[in-house]
Amino acid sequence: MNYRLIIRMIGRILQIEAIFMIPALLIAMFSGESAAVSGIGMSMLLCLITGTSIGMIESKNSRFYAREGFVTVGLAWLVVSLAGALPFYISGAIPSFVDSFFETVSGFTTTGASILTDVEALPNGLLYWRSFTHWLGGMGVLVFALAITPRSGDSSHSMLYLKAESPGPKISKLVPKTRRSAGILYAIYVVLTVLQFVLLLFDGMPALDAITLAFGTAGTGGFAIRNTSVAAYSHYAQTVVTVFMILFGVNFSVYYMLLVRMFRRAARDEELRVYLLIVVCATLIIAANIYSELGSVYESIHQSAFQVASIITTTGFATVDFDKWPEVARYILLLLMVCGACAGSTGGGIKVSRVIMLFKKAKHSVYQMMHPDSVHVMHISGERVDDDVIRNVDTFMTVYIIIGALTVLFLSLDGFSFETNFSAMLACLNNIGPGLGVVGPAGNFSQYSDFNKILLSANMLIGRLEIFPFLALFTPAIWKK
Amino acid sequence: MKVVIVGDGKVGFALAEQLTMEEHDVSVIDKNQAVLDRLSETLDVLTICGNGASMRVQKEAGVPGSDILIAATSSDELNMLCCIVARRLGCKHTIARVRDPDYREQVYMMRDELGLSMMINPELSAARETFRLLQIPSFLKRSAFAKGRAEIVEIEVRAGNPLIGKKLPELSRVLHVRVLICAVERGQEVIIPNGLFRIEEGDKLYVTAPTQHLVSLVKALGIEKRKVRDIMLIGGSRIAYYLTQMLLESGIRVKVLEKNMDRCRELAELLPKATIICGDGTDHQTLKEHGIANMDAVVTLTDIDEENLLVSMYANHLGVPTTITKLNRTEYRQIFRDKGIDCTISPKLMCATSIVHYVRGMQNSSAGSAIAMHHLVQPHVEALEFRVTKSARHTGETLAQIPLKSEVLIACISRQGKITIPQGSDTIEVGDSVVVVTLAERKILDLNEIFMD
Repeated sequence: MNYRLIIRMIGRILQIEAIFMIPALLIAMFSGESAAVSGIGMSMLLCLITGTSIGMIESKNSRFYAREGFVTVGLAWLVVSLAGALPFYISGAIPSFVDSFFETVSGFTTTGASILTDVEALPNGLLYWRSFTHWLGGMGVLVFALAITPRSGDSSHSMLYLKAESPGPKISKLVPKTRRSAGILYAIYVVLTVLQFVLLLFDGMPALDAITLAFGTAGTGGFAIRNTSVAAYSHYAQTVVTVFMILFGVNFSVYYMLLVRMFRRAARDEELRVYLLIVVCATLIIAANIYSELGSVYESIHQSAFQVASIITTTGFATVDFDKWPEVARYILLLLMVCGACAGSTGGGIKVSRVIMLFKKAKHSVYQMMHPDSVHVMHISGERVDDDVIRNVDTFMTVYIIIGALTVLFLSLDGFSFETNFSAMLACLNNIGPGLGVVGPAGNFSQYSDFNKILLSANMLIGRLEIFPFLALFTPAIWKK
Repeated sequence: MKVVIVGDGKVGFALAEQLTMEEHDVSVIDKNQAVLDRLSETLDVLTICGNGASMRVQKEAGVPGSDILIAATSSDELNMLCCIVARRLGCKHTIARVRDPDYREQVYMMRDELGLSMMINPELSAARETFRLLQIPSFLKRSAFAKGRAEIVEIEVRAGNPLIGKKLPELSRVLHVRVLICAVERGQEVIIPNGLFRIEEGDKLYVTAPTQHLVSLVKALGIEKRKVRDIMLIGGSRIAYYLTQMLLESGIRVKVLEKNMDRCRELAELLPKATIICGDGTDHQTLKEHGIANMDAVVTLTDIDEENLLVSMYANHLGVPTTITKLNRTEYRQIFRDKGIDCTISPKLMCATSIVHYVRGMQNSSAGSAIAMHHLVQPHVEALEFRVTKSARHTGETLAQIPLKSEVLIACISRQGKITIPQGSDTIEVGDSVVVVTLAERKILDLNEIFMD
């Protein structure tokens, strides 16, 4: 294990985080929030000093394999979340450190689950920082570090970061150099975010609301700065958010294909088609289901589309308390929570491509019972899927279910209903945010015990990093020399 | 520069490694997904699984927007097809590896007909290099410059060598030949020496000398070896075939040991003057029976490194004056060097070097690109030959005045066919060609890059 190189990388990540705190600090200064200024300023200083000092550690040995890669990713996310929690804690805005940590992990993992009962009480600087964690966590911290690396140098391991932080069963680069791939991903990300920000400004929305909403949508996070979430804004703004949520749930390589004018390949993308099909079907079913309550076709479709987009992309914004909706609508939303967005997007969940693979595999298994000698090769988007990839999906699902089951067991200790516990687990493991019952869109996670808050934070990290990099940290074998 | 490599074999990998090191965008196409997975874990390249000659796969790999395609699959015909398709898709430079001896005579015709930029035959180049080494067996490596008029040769300083303990300025006095030591390998270290450098036993010296003085250099150093008259080749590979042809032409008696009966028949048909023996070249009894101990040289050319090493070590043990070993896994070279396996050839590295040279030449430069390139100590030190054009700076100045970057050395100047081993008072003039020795990480593309200013 090459500890020096890992620590060096963590140092660089801390430096980056410190730099990203500058806008939050400025906003706090302009808003005249002295507690927030000192909180953010202190945290910045701490990150900068620690980051710079450990970033100077030199390693003669450039040995860096999969093991080191896993540990770096897992550790980086843990450290980033711990450091990101400091502004909340030091400023006193969130008095408990466990709560601050939960809130920050929820931010970086783009979950959007909150322990705050009154969001609007938070100072502006911290509101900005809280939403910004979504944006940075959405595309990935290490991918960002990769994108700004001046020279690729010993970049053979850089692919590990991209693989670990871009969700999905199979991640390929857009261009030969990983560094440039990371740059292109971030460029697309920035452009889409700015576009949404501008569209929201047109509505006359305050700049802070517009930028935080854009961050929350881009990272498919779900932190809003109003107690009523997105219900506080106009219909136009809600529609913009709906469209952009769906856009950010699409695999970014599709956008790259459009950029390099490979329209046919982009249109052939099977995952995209299935994703859009699910969105349309779910919207229509829920709209029909809630029509009797709302009484207007337009309103039903508007609310239904917003909620479907918010849940399938694992954003977790709310315009209404969908927990009060009829059972069919609630159940469909629960299914969408598990399904999640496309691979290679900023969304969480199992990912549509994995769902497609599971369905295709099941279909073939049934077929094979009738024709035992049949040979089958799985195709997605007209391309062969490797057996390795399918096997990894199986492993992923198994571990995912085990973790989910154990989490619900521990959550049950706090005495809430099964519906609340189960949906809380889904909301965290899939990086959505709100669940049903006590943790529904109108509620929050503050009532869970500290132990379960940490457990749910771990669930969020496991979900964001797709299980293995985070679990690797807890495997004794990986720490051996 | 965007480079597409078809075939992730030994040569493909070596190429991908060197070209990514030089910061090019490399995509690799291969049919075997498992090999590609391994590759993408070790190098920063894009991998595409599929048939490299298929237009669809090439499009996916981005061939239409690429600068160069290199086809290095195991099949010559497929390589040529890959190049034809790539040209159709608008890739201007294409290189194919073609190594079947049957095509040897028509190489130039095919290159022009198919519109290829370059055809490489690593086995033929390896055979040529081996042959050159056998001509003066005292050297461990020979790299030719200035149309073969000057060379950089590698010499091991063994006990009793008159150079031990000498500083560089004293060399000419000891040797009575003007030479220049441009790089020294000492254990794991590689040094580009200055005037204060003192030679020690066990050093491996890279010496620049005019080709015509090489023989007197060997005499002055007292490292003469018996002239090669009888030679044994272990393994009847393509290199063995090419090499045997060259050796026979210069009147050397060749014995080839090959395991496979059919291959023996083929060789016997193609090389009627050579002695072809069907037998296991790694079997101690067979080797003894065919008189390995009385050979002037043994060259091991089987496809398996371990066998080559084993036989070479055995030959060393028996006191065969010269052994040359073919190695695929060059990463282990350092270990073998301590065990007396000094003289090795590696077709894949030679091939990779010549392609890297070609790619560097494509990166246009004002003062003209290198006309020859050799790796002295793979992969640390390289020697580059440049033609001095009008745009070169510092022409007409003496070398003592020219500010060179550190660890850059001008090893040789060739002026109108006359070779000068430079001293401080020599000058560089337009029209000369100069050999520059430098660290490979410097990645010099242009003569002007060697100057400080």
